[in-house]
Amino acid sequence: MSLAFDLALCALILGAAGLAVAGRNLFGSVVFYIVYGVLIALAWVSLGAADVALAEAAIGAGVTGVLLIGAWQGMKDAGGLEAEITKSLPVRVLAGLGAAALGALIGFAVLSLPGHDGLTGPVAENQPALDLGNPVTAVLLSFRAYDTLLETLVLTAALAAVWSLTPARFWGGIPGPKHTTRPDGVMASFGRLLPPLGVLVAVYLVWAGADQPGGAFQAGTVLAAVWILIVLAGLRDEPRLSSLILRLIVIAGPLVFLGAGLAGALAGLALGYPEGHARTLILIIEYALTLSIAATLALLIAGPARRAP
Amino acid sequence: MMELLAERGSLFALTGAALIALGFYGFIMRRALIRRLIAFNVIGSGIFLLFGGTGYFGGGVDPVPRALIITGIVVALALTAFAAALAVRLARSGDDDENPEAGR
Amino acid sequence: MNAMEWFIAGLLALGVFFYVAGTVGLLRFPDTHSRLHALTKADNLGLGFIAIAAGLHWGDGWIAGKLALVWLLTLFAAGMAAQLVARAALKAEGGE
Repeated sequence: MSLAFDLALCALILGAAGLAVAGRNLFGSVVFYIVYGVLIALAWVSLGAADVALAEAAIGAGVTGVLLIGAWQGMKDAGGLEAEITKSLPVRVLAGLGAAALGALIGFAVLSLPGHDGLTGPVAENQPALDLGNPVTAVLLSFRAYDTLLETLVLTAALAAVWSLTPARFWGGIPGPKHTTRPDGVMASFGRLLPPLGVLVAVYLVWAGADQPGGAFQAGTVLAAVWILIVLAGLRDEPRLSSLILRLIVIAGPLVFLGAGLAGALAGLALGYPEGHARTLILIIEYALTLSIAATLALLIAGPARRAP
Repeated sequence: MMELLAERGSLFALTGAALIALGFYGFIMRRALIRRLIAFNVIGSGIFLLFGGTGYFGGGVDPVPRALIITGIVVALALTAFAAALAVRLARSGDDDENPEAGR
Repeated sequence: MNAMEWFIAGLLALGVFFYVAGTVGLLRFPDTHSRLHALTKADNLGLGFIAIAAGLHWGDGWIAGKLALVWLLTLFAAGMAAQLVARAALKAEGGE
């Protein structure tokens, strides 16, 4: 039964990916990509990795989908959507054969991998020292904390890169158009109803992430979604990008993370957590990261400034 | 072959390999920037699925690949966001409203 | 299968039926407004049946409560999205 489910799921994933990549209608491709992202999240559930499924559904399908729709709209408004050209048959056959060969080679390499015990054992062995129940959080914020720190810096760098595309006269201005809705309309009411619940879910996701699937990235995405809803509902306008408070929020997470690592150096344990305080420190870092990730994601979606400050 | 596919990890790892091939084909053959961005993301999630599938043991995926995949998803998003902003800027670069020096 | 499992299977089948009906409506109905009607009404009903089936299957009050909350939020979100799409479609047709 579960094999039948997995086979059907894999077939659906490949079908959705095929339609997203090869479809004729560009907007249809974007929609099929979002469907594909949700199906991939289901694949992660089937593999028993709920935290990856959450990240994939929220970031891979949700945020990426919003970005792609935004890019489609932006390019359409500018009249810059390219028409697709069909390449000649020999070229297509050759490219198809090349891609198939690449897939077959990778598939063959996967099947001929030697058996191994994985890293579940070593992680479980060292996990009690951190007092965390969730091995993934232990890896993200302790064993491979470098990766996570650099990842948050990659997000910040991407935001700086997006901002660098601002036309000079809008620098430091406000991104996106101002949204106005009827104050007693459905959208505005929904925008008032959902945010408190969203904030609660985000706080819970970080707190639960210490022992169960969850964590800063998933929670940050929820918070970013709450902010986008508030803006779309016309309850608040996007912030001025030159605002100091905004910029401090963006770098608060990496700063706290780096600070915790360097403070360890003063206590004689560089880039380490002092014994017995790991859980508390990790939770503090995660809450700071959540705030920064939420702000960065929301600003990445908003894009460069389009109105003068 | 059948028992290999019954091995849940291998099934998803092979699906990942097929997704990489599909995304690669789309990336080199399609012209629209947004579609190439989609193809790039298909390659990315294919790699993640391959990574997770090979790290699958009995009850779940190894925590180390799991953490690295979550990191990877966020990094892929950062790249997609920049590429999307770049594509929109490119499409707008022609009009004078955006580029006041162009008309002079 | 005992009586409970048959009951759960029946609920699931009912849920799937409404989903299929909603999808057929989406594909066959002529304009945006009737398509929205098929999607929001039939699919949310289908999701409700499936959520009840899942709640009974797990037999746990907490899980059932969370599922009920998820269903409620989906109802709100679908209703709001449908309203926005309907208004956009009306504007495109020159109404409003």
